[in-house]
Amino acid sequence: MQIILALVIGALFGATLDRVGATNPNWIIRMLSLRNLHLMKTIILAIGVGSILMFGGQMLGLVDVLHMSVKSAYIGVFIGGLLLGGGWAASGYCPGTGVCAAASGRKDALFFIAGGLLGAAAYMVTYDGWKASGLLDGIAGGKVTLGTVPGSKFEGMMALPGDVLGLVLGLVFVIVAFVLPDSLVGDGAEIAVE
Amino acid sequence: MVLNWKTGGVLLGFVFFLAVLLVKPIGVSTQFVILDAIVADAVNPELITQTDDGAYTSTNAYLAKSDGKYAKNASNPLNYSFIFVIAMMIGAFISVKARGGIGKDEARLPVVWYVNYGDTPVKRYAVAFVGGFIVLYGARLAGGCTSGHMMSGMMQTSLSGYIFAAGAFLAAVPVAMLVYKKGA
Repeated sequence: MQIILALVIGALFGATLDRVGATNPNWIIRMLSLRNLHLMKTIILAIGVGSILMFGGQMLGLVDVLHMSVKSAYIGVFIGGLLLGGGWAASGYCPGTGVCAAASGRKDALFFIAGGLLGAAAYMVTYDGWKASGLLDGIAGGKVTLGTVPGSKFEGMMALPGDVLGLVLGLVFVIVAFVLPDSLVGDGAEIAVE
Repeated sequence: MVLNWKTGGVLLGFVFFLAVLLVKPIGVSTQFVILDAIVADAVNPELITQTDDGAYTSTNAYLAKSDGKYAKNASNPLNYSFIFVIAMMIGAFISVKARGGIGKDEARLPVVWYVNYGDTPVKRYAVAFVGGFIVLYGARLAGGCTSGHMMSGMMQTSLSGYIFAAGAFLAAVPVAMLVYKKGA
């Protein structure tokens, strides 16, 4: 059953990434160079919609709170984020969109994946050093959500009800997606979308 | 042509929701480690071992962490997260074919590269390779990537998701502006 779900949700995710332009390095560069924020609006709206559906579903008792999986917060998250951001902008790919781009026939994405496999292997062999540095030790509680989600195995940073906060933040993301301009840099030339 | 952001955003958000509703939040970058471990264990079977009580462990500290979670998944590649990434590729492939493919020129060299650096595919492939190395090294250090940390994380109001997104965009915006001076 798990394998069937992996096939269905995975395929849906891959197809969606293709249709929103996330697997296309041209769209990634347009977004990251702030010339055209169409993909940024898509991503921000998606986070908002996902949040509203998940927390709304939890409040209605339709979504299992225990399906949440919160990653730990530590200094390495920020450093790793900086590295990923730099490589993402230079190549136009991140891990998920890179594999999908390779599947769509993009040759450079194959090189991205090869480099990625080597980078992941390099982390495997240097992990001990990071671990010893203390930069992987949890900060502000580690695996925490901003509010305290009822029934969740993860603690909240604040005592605020985490599901209500999640719903509100979800709405904020939706609003941001709508108010974000189409372009912040350059003439913002129109690029056809459906 | 890409979907309008309103349609695309709702669709993408729904897929992230569907994953949490039915199984767990979406994540991708761990599977690069799993594939590495599968290959490395095939070359050196001593890498991943199973103890008498059935638990998996590894001589590599990273694969052995969290009670050998990665070691176990590398020994059993037919698990949810690994199949998920294979399925993503199948889904993207079908979607691309359904809309008529991306074209020969774009498959060889993205137009934004051509506009900035001309017809230099080897240089582009080198940048993609080095970029991939940095992206996955960073993702593993951070414990997740754009899907796991940024999308799934911020959607769940995870503190780590916000920290990750701050780091990623802080680096990505200036690098994109410097490397790609001309838009396309």
